[in-house]
Formats: sequence, C-alpha cells, structure tokens
Amino acid sequence: MATSVRELRARTKSVTSMKKITRAMELIAASRIIKAQQRAQAAAPYARELTRAVSAVATYSNVEHALTTEPEDPKRAAILIVTSDRGLAGAYSSSVLKEAERLAEKLRSEGKEIDTYISGRKGEAYFKFRNRTVAASWTGHSDQPTYDVAREIGDALIQAFLAGEDNPEIELEGEASPVDEVHVVYTRFRSMLVQEPTAVRLLPLEVVEGEEPPKADEVLPLYEFEPDAAEVLDALLPRYVQSRIFFALLQAAASELAARQRAMKAATDNAEELIKKYTRLANQARQAGITQEISEIVGGVNALADATAGSE
Amino acid sequence: MADKLMQVELVAADRLVWSGEASMVIARTTEGDVGILANHAPMLSLMVDGVVDVTTAEGETWIAAVDAGFLSVANNRISILSEHAEMSHDIDLENARADLERAHAAGENNDDAEAAAARAWAEARIRAAEKV
Repeated sequence: MATSVRELRARTKSVTSMKKITRAMELIAASRIIKAQQRAQAAAPYARELTRAVSAVATYSNVEHALTTEPEDPKRAAILIVTSDRGLAGAYSSSVLKEAERLAEKLRSEGKEIDTYISGRKGEAYFKFRNRTVAASWTGHSDQPTYDVAREIGDALIQAFLAGEDNPEIELEGEASPVDEVHVVYTRFRSMLVQEPTAVRLLPLEVVEGEEPPKADEVLPLYEFEPDAAEVLDALLPRYVQSRIFFALLQAAASELAARQRAMKAATDNAEELIKKYTRLANQARQAGITQEISEIVGGVNALADATAGSE
Repeated sequence: MADKLMQVELVAADRLVWSGEASMVIARTTEGDVGILANHAPMLSLMVDGVVDVTTAEGETWIAAVDAGFLSVANNRISILSEHAEMSHDIDLENARADLERAHAAGENNDDAEAAAARAWAEARIRAAEKV
C-alpha cells in the first residue's frame, strides 16, 4: 500500500470539513433563492405599470423620442454583461460571458464596434485578465441588486446612447464613448433547474404597443398628459430602461443563486463519495498492516521454534 | 358608494406598497396638487417629491411619501408609480430629520442634482410623517 493509514485519515478529515462548507453554501444559496424570487415578484407590479404607461403614451400620442428612434447607420454598440461577484457557481458566469462573446461576434460581423459594460466582479476579472478595455463596471451587488444600482447603470447607458453629434453637451466619463445601440446579456431564471443566458436589445427601445388590446365594448382612454406628452415620455422612458435593467439584475441574481446551489450540491455529493473512497482505502491499508504484522509474528515464532528445535 | 370607488395601487420600484379601493386621491404633480375622484378622465402626469393623500373606501386616510414618479388614471384605476415610496406609519421621523440635515450639509458643499434629490426625499418623508 503506497499511502499510509495516517495520510488517508488526514485526507478524509479535510474532505469532511470541505463538505461541511459546501453543504452550508448550498443551504445558504437555497434560502436566498426564495428571497431573490420574492424580490423579482415584488418588482413585477412596477414594471407592469410602467410598461402600461409607456404603451399608453406610445399608443395615444405620436411623439417621437430619441430613445425610441433607430439610428440610421449604427456603428457602435454597447453590451452590458451581467455576471456574478463571486465564483463557486458552476458555469454561471462563463456561460453568460460566452453568450456575450457570441453576441459581440455577431455585432462585429455587422460592422459595429463593441463597448463593454459589466456588472459583477467575475466579468470584470475576465476582461482584465485578457487585457481588454471595459467602458464601465459595477460590482458588489450581484446577489442582492438594489434599484439604485439599476438606476446608475441605466443612466450611464442612456447617456452613452444619447451622447454624440446630436447632443454635444453630454460628457461621458472614463472609457465610455457614444453608442448607437445597447444590448444586455443576462441569465434568465426559467426555473430552479433551468437558467439560460439571454441577450436582448435594450436601446433603441421597442415599445410593445397596447399590451392588452382593449375589448370592443371598452372605450379607449383618451389620455390627458401633464405637462404634455413629450415631457411625460421624457421622464417615463429612462425609468422604463432602468426598470428593464433592474429586472435583468434580479433575474441574474436568482439564476446565480440557483447555479450556486446546484454547483454546491454537486460538490457535496462528490465530497461524500471521496470520503467513502478514502475510508475504504484507509480500512484496507489498516487491514493490510494487521495482516502483515500477524504474518511477521507467525513467521518469527516459527523461526524461533525451528531454531530451538534445531539446537536440541 | 360602490360606484364612487377607484382601484388604487401605490407601487415602488421594488415592491407593491399599497393596493386597494379608495374614494379620493390627492397627489402633487408638476402642475400643482390634483385631487382625483372616481370617474376621472384618463390622465398621465408627472409627480414631484411630496406626499400622496388617499381616502380609502372605509373613509380612512393614509399618507405616503413619494419621490418623483407618475400618476396614471384610466378606467377608475389609479396607479401611483414612484422609485421610492413609504407609508407615513413606516417612516422614522428622527431618521428622516437626520437625513435632511445630512443632505443640507452635503448640499452646501456641492449643489448637484443628487444632493437636491436627497433633500427633497427627506423633506417629503418628514411632511408625510408630520401630517398624520
């Protein structure tokens, strides 16, 4: 036996303590998912009402807004990648990044340059390691995003979208440059078992008109806008963008926790298997040692008996 | 009374604060205070930081602090959308006063939009808490 009993016992012990950690992380992730799902549900009414208001304005007035106008010749696109702050979540971050790379490749083939915006430390590390520039990044909130973060991200992206020749007064910070469209790549939480990386175009906005088509007997509401339609839209659309980003962040948070729970469950199962294997090996080694000792004793006794028999 | 009621929802960005039936809603829009009764014409207006006053179906009144948001009225449904919203009984008056002081202190140094927003929000909360 190559490894000693002591060594195997030490390994069993370290795997056992690792198992305790992964088990704890699994349970923490499991309890947080429920909270994350509740947060996502709690945010739904705001998004729903906002969508209703936006589609009301879009349907009952014909005001053009910069955020909904398609640029004629888009040259530059921004991608916001929503990753996690911490690892130990299986392929969660890498699959989002892969999806983002795929989107970037597609946009490049359409002749657009890419600006990357990142949420989450993992994505930041990925780009830093490859020495690629990042226009802006936000970290430290991936498993519990707040609306304030969503607003900050939304404002930065809207600024980048609005900036350029039309609005020379907007100054961008850092590496950011004016873009013609904005995409978001995040992980959609379908269920506890299925989370899929998704890419959506955020800007220019495509407002779905008349989410609920009015019934025949229902009178179409003729909205009064205060102060006026253009100004209402002006205030409404940035919020709509923010709430879409908030939605993406919440979905990503729930997905991250689900991915972590699954990864940690797999780790715990593996640890259990390892413990079983090491215990068996240790038992085997111990038994081999005992057998060897017995055969040594028996051999020794025999040799002694032979020696005494020979001398008599 | 049944035909004099409206369905009201007060929604903050991260949660539904209140929903139920009400007979009157008073809110402050950019154009001034508006009072809304049942069967009001459809309206979409911008609100400024301030308080929203709602008289419920039972005749009780509650007050909430809201920051800039929207008021949308259609078919006897009112939704009040605001990034932050707090019911008056949830507001910690001491806390709000401290926030206001801090906002004032910060605002004197740099009079940017963020400080102004913090100040307005603190003021709205204090007003809502004191009005009860």
